[in-house]
Amino acid sequence: MKKWNLIIDVEKCEDCNDCFLSCKDEHVDNDWPGYSVSQPRHGHRWMNIMRKERGQYPLIDVAYRPTPCMHCDSAPCIKAARGNAVYKRNDGIVIIDPIKAKGQQQVVKACPYGAVWWNEEKDIPQKCTFCAHLLDEGWTKPRCVQACPTGALRAIYAEDSEMERIIKAEDLEVLHPEYKTRPRVYYKNLYLYEKCFIAGSVAFEKDGAIECAQGATVSLFKDSNKIAETTTDTFGDFKFDKLDENSGNYTLEIVYQGHKKKALDVELKTSLNAGTIHL
Amino acid sequence: MAFDKAQFSIILFGLEKIMKYAARKYPSFAARLKEKNFIAQIKLRDNSQGRYFIFKDGKVRSKNGIYPSPDITMTFQSAALAAKLMKPWRSQLDVISAMKNFQLGLEGPDELTIWFSETLNLLFTAGLKYGTDMGGGIKRYTSNTNGGPVFVYVKNNKIIRITPIEFDETDAKPWTIKARGKSFTPPRRTTIAPHALAWKSMVYSPDRLLYPMKRVDFDPDGNRNCHNRGISSYERISWDEATDIVAREIRRVKREYGPGAILNGSGSHHTWGHLGYWLSARLRFFNTIGFTPVVHNPDSWEGWYWGAMHHWGQSMHLGGSETYSTVEDCLKNCEMVVFWSSDPESTNGVYGAFEGTVRRQWLKELGVKMVHIDPFYNHTAALLGGKWIAPRPATGNALALAIAYVWITEGLYDKEYVAKRTLGFEKWRDYILGKEDGVPKTPEWQEKEAGVPAKDVRALAREWGTRKTYLAAGGIIGFGSACRCATGNEWARSMVCLMAMQGLGKPGINMGCAQQGAPVDTRFYFPGYAEGGLSGDLQGTALAVNMYQRMPQLPTVNTVYQRVPRLRIPEAILEGKCEGYPTDSATIEGQFLKFDYPAPGHSPVRMYYKYGGSHFGTMAETNRYAKAYRSENLEFVVNQSIWFEGEAKFADVLLPACTSFERWDISEFANCGGYVQHSFTQCNHRVAIMQHKCIDPLGESKSDFQIFLEISKKLGVAAPFSEGMTELDWCKRLFNATDLPNFISWKKFLKKGYFVIPAPKEELRDPVSFRWFAEGRPKDTPEVSPLPADYTEKFGMGLQTQSGKLEFECSSLKRFDPDDPERPLISKYIPAWEGHHTKELYQKYPLQLISPHPRYSFHTMGDGKDSMVNDVKDHRILIDGYYYWIIRINTKDAEARGIKENDLVKVFNDRGAVICAAQVTERVPPGTVHSYESSAVYDPVDEPGYSPDRGGCINLLTPSRMMIKKSHSMAANSCLVQIELWDGEEVTK
Repeated sequence: MKKWNLIIDVEKCEDCNDCFLSCKDEHVDNDWPGYSVSQPRHGHRWMNIMRKERGQYPLIDVAYRPTPCMHCDSAPCIKAARGNAVYKRNDGIVIIDPIKAKGQQQVVKACPYGAVWWNEEKDIPQKCTFCAHLLDEGWTKPRCVQACPTGALRAIYAEDSEMERIIKAEDLEVLHPEYKTRPRVYYKNLYLYEKCFIAGSVAFEKDGAIECAQGATVSLFKDSNKIAETTTDTFGDFKFDKLDENSGNYTLEIVYQGHKKKALDVELKTSLNAGTIHL
Repeated sequence: MAFDKAQFSIILFGLEKIMKYAARKYPSFAARLKEKNFIAQIKLRDNSQGRYFIFKDGKVRSKNGIYPSPDITMTFQSAALAAKLMKPWRSQLDVISAMKNFQLGLEGPDELTIWFSETLNLLFTAGLKYGTDMGGGIKRYTSNTNGGPVFVYVKNNKIIRITPIEFDETDAKPWTIKARGKSFTPPRRTTIAPHALAWKSMVYSPDRLLYPMKRVDFDPDGNRNCHNRGISSYERISWDEATDIVAREIRRVKREYGPGAILNGSGSHHTWGHLGYWLSARLRFFNTIGFTPVVHNPDSWEGWYWGAMHHWGQSMHLGGSETYSTVEDCLKNCEMVVFWSSDPESTNGVYGAFEGTVRRQWLKELGVKMVHIDPFYNHTAALLGGKWIAPRPATGNALALAIAYVWITEGLYDKEYVAKRTLGFEKWRDYILGKEDGVPKTPEWQEKEAGVPAKDVRALAREWGTRKTYLAAGGIIGFGSACRCATGNEWARSMVCLMAMQGLGKPGINMGCAQQGAPVDTRFYFPGYAEGGLSGDLQGTALAVNMYQRMPQLPTVNTVYQRVPRLRIPEAILEGKCEGYPTDSATIEGQFLKFDYPAPGHSPVRMYYKYGGSHFGTMAETNRYAKAYRSENLEFVVNQSIWFEGEAKFADVLLPACTSFERWDISEFANCGGYVQHSFTQCNHRVAIMQHKCIDPLGESKSDFQIFLEISKKLGVAAPFSEGMTELDWCKRLFNATDLPNFISWKKFLKKGYFVIPAPKEELRDPVSFRWFAEGRPKDTPEVSPLPADYTEKFGMGLQTQSGKLEFECSSLKRFDPDDPERPLISKYIPAWEGHHTKELYQKYPLQLISPHPRYSFHTMGDGKDSMVNDVKDHRILIDGYYYWIIRINTKDAEARGIKENDLVKVFNDRGAVICAAQVTERVPPGTVHSYESSAVYDPVDEPGYSPDRGGCINLLTPSRMMIKKSHSMAANSCLVQIELWDGEEVTK
């Protein structure tokens, strides 16, 4: 049995909002009987793009995490709904029945991802339908995927076994696996949003001028254990990524030809630009 | 002779039969016939032959002979001509020639003559099928926008969905570039910009003007209450009343004041389409009545036009670069791309949606290094990664000079190229080394000005000087916010000079960032909008190049020689005088010809016919515009607008225009032509688009073409305006003017709505821009630029400059004004006239504001008007029920002012105040703040022109001073402001 999955590559998302806007184009002012009634003109974000800035000027990056309904295989919203108002289709898509779900505000609260929105005027919970009304007409992808210009969104219609293979091959993960809801939406490069980094620049003095130290070896120590090593680039910059927020003290050790080894202690709360380290 | 007469006779006899047949077959034609009762005579000029047609109660019949008093008369010079012109397969050139030489005449009231001509033409178009049936009562049409072509799904005359175009199996196959062992092929679809995806919400916007309106306290025959513009409300009037007022006012100001009294201008960007565009129908109408045009400053080019052009010519590109085949060259040969004030992921080149994105992703995949120089950590940097270097706003030239310093002192430049292909390097070199002013332009000197660590400058210069590097200065062929500041000229000049030092045109060394220069077919003819459509305007558009021959049409000439520079409209109105310099693409020297307003013997402007309402958001120090609108010097203001927004709220009469989804047009994806020649090479596929009339115009709105036609009828100039043709007829004429008929029939094109123009095979791809120059060969890229007379030695050899070389020291400036301290002969660092050196002002307003072109909206398209774009988190922020414009401020600057994320703040200086929502960020360095320009909403909290704006028109704050005196240019990115929390109470006067 083939089912729908969505793969979201955080590295390729640039916040163009084509997904968000195509979703609104499809669902605002349009009822799709059997699937959904129209989304309010404003307020709902069935595709919710979250922004995360990491670091401090000038060593920063910015990641965007598009967040739709996860179409969980073990969906809390289905359990919370009365009278089968929320159900899972055979193809994996979770649908809120717009008629049966009337008045069922608990469905909104049940979703740990905040992906269900309350329609005040129509008195119903609403969310991403994976554009099931289009897929049933023969479309090969939902509107958001069609509009995405960067390849950040991919819709995969595959057997679960095939999906398992893709998950391994592409190193995919789900958002908040600890919720144990078995999402059908997978992320690639999620660390850009969820994890943090320690970055810095290395410089040295030569003939009275400050120069970038290209090719310096920078090691990262945690509790006296070396956990990573990298080399500075043209601008003397280095970056250790995929670290946990609030993960305590680290030591940076810098080795550069003709200079004394230099060590620096840092405390990691959130992504950190350690600044320019002068050898 | 007798044969001709017989033929004419048969055609006339047949005409009645054909009309009857059409009325039986097509209900729309039958309905049309019910519209008028009158008698039309068709005859020879000498009255020797004729037939008259009686239209009565939906029926038509005809009689042989000459009717004594017909309502209208169509006259032919001879039977032979009549026979020739009345055939369905007639040549349009023959028709136009007959009209121009008075061999074909049409007399009678415009209302009837136009109706009659259109009805005859309808015989060809009635019953034509268009759109694709999708089942379930849904039809899929095609249209085109500023942000890409679209499929439009319509049910029951209502748009339900707008999507990018996915090609079908019959469409042309794409190109493939092989580079460094990999093959790159673009996806078979078009991409779309966010503002284009919001079109449904803009069509059905609550701010749509649905009826003609009149300001309640405007009485054209009594008190006009000009000072109440922007304050008073409006009442609905009929089209007949509205067009009556406008036509009467046109006649009155011409009668009372003489030529020049009517001012007209548009925004830079209109809804897409070559016929309904501001460079098409608008010019045809205004040339027909005579007007003082608002002349545009080259607002996206500025420093390129007024500065860079003097080093290398490129006047046809307004001083910007050209980009032929640079995508392939970049993928194959380039090792590093320096993006300098370049954010194509936000600006989409221009009209190019996200076509370039995949190509930049390929560069990343190939491991090409990226550097981003921009005071804002822009979206291209965020997507692609690489080194971010953030100079203080308007100090980019200090950084450029310091890079050149490193190259000079460390020998990291192409000495042979400089010796052979350039002129005057020694002078620039000596200036950089400090021999001229005693100040060596070292990286350390730069650090004090621009704030970039000297070590980073050395590292960048060494990397650049040893690797094949593309310089993307601006998002496409030039452009970039850095060219729109007090030092914009000198920055753009240095961009060209830096590339001259590195061997511009050699493999892997060129300008651009894969945004333009895809290997599509540049030799397939389809016009861009700047080619003038149906304007008939041989001076104000590029019509003469191709379209005047390919789509023969009556020429139009504006007999008013007076002009008003766009940035000086307020002074022209309030003070009655101003001066300007032209935007002229033919030659380098065109920009030197200063003009004055008022022009000798011309009337100052008394009536302003404005097209749309964008100036508050897009010009500079724009409170001036609000003040000008409320002046008694302007006796009448009419605004033809789709939405009730911006300047439209300052009109006396409002004419509701419909969107491009509600009318016919024809166009191509991202093809503007003109200043961005072959701009469609931004696209991965050239796509020609039939812009279907997807739905009926909302309310009583009409197409711009139709509005002009209605007014023309009241002025008796309808026939020269429309040539008796409907918009659909003109679409067919434009179709026939392109190379499309060699590939697809009109019927098929109209039905399917688009055609993918096949990419050329590899051997037929264009040569790379400037490769010929680097190699000392004649120019071989497919454009006639420069014009033949601008070559010095031999046609095709060298650049447009006097020497034909790339001039570090500009001979054109030497001839014009060698002592101009604002524009020296070589590029120099001249501190901004508003910036950190203007001590007193800087103390009062310590934050430097930059306001680049917006990301989610385009000009004012997509913003405001309850568009869905307003819900984009990084576009506007909803606070207490109001969508506020965003200002981005560094964490430290925010802390110092007690400002938190999403706080409402007042951004202000002596020019005004704008209320924004704060975004606290590390994407700008301390001391720099960032917001976008182009808010569509001007919403003063109190008196217009004097009070803070809640709408977000950042340009209220930007200086109206010209970048340099001898120019018509804006320097919006040299703007000092202060920011404080806004309590929501205060109103400044």
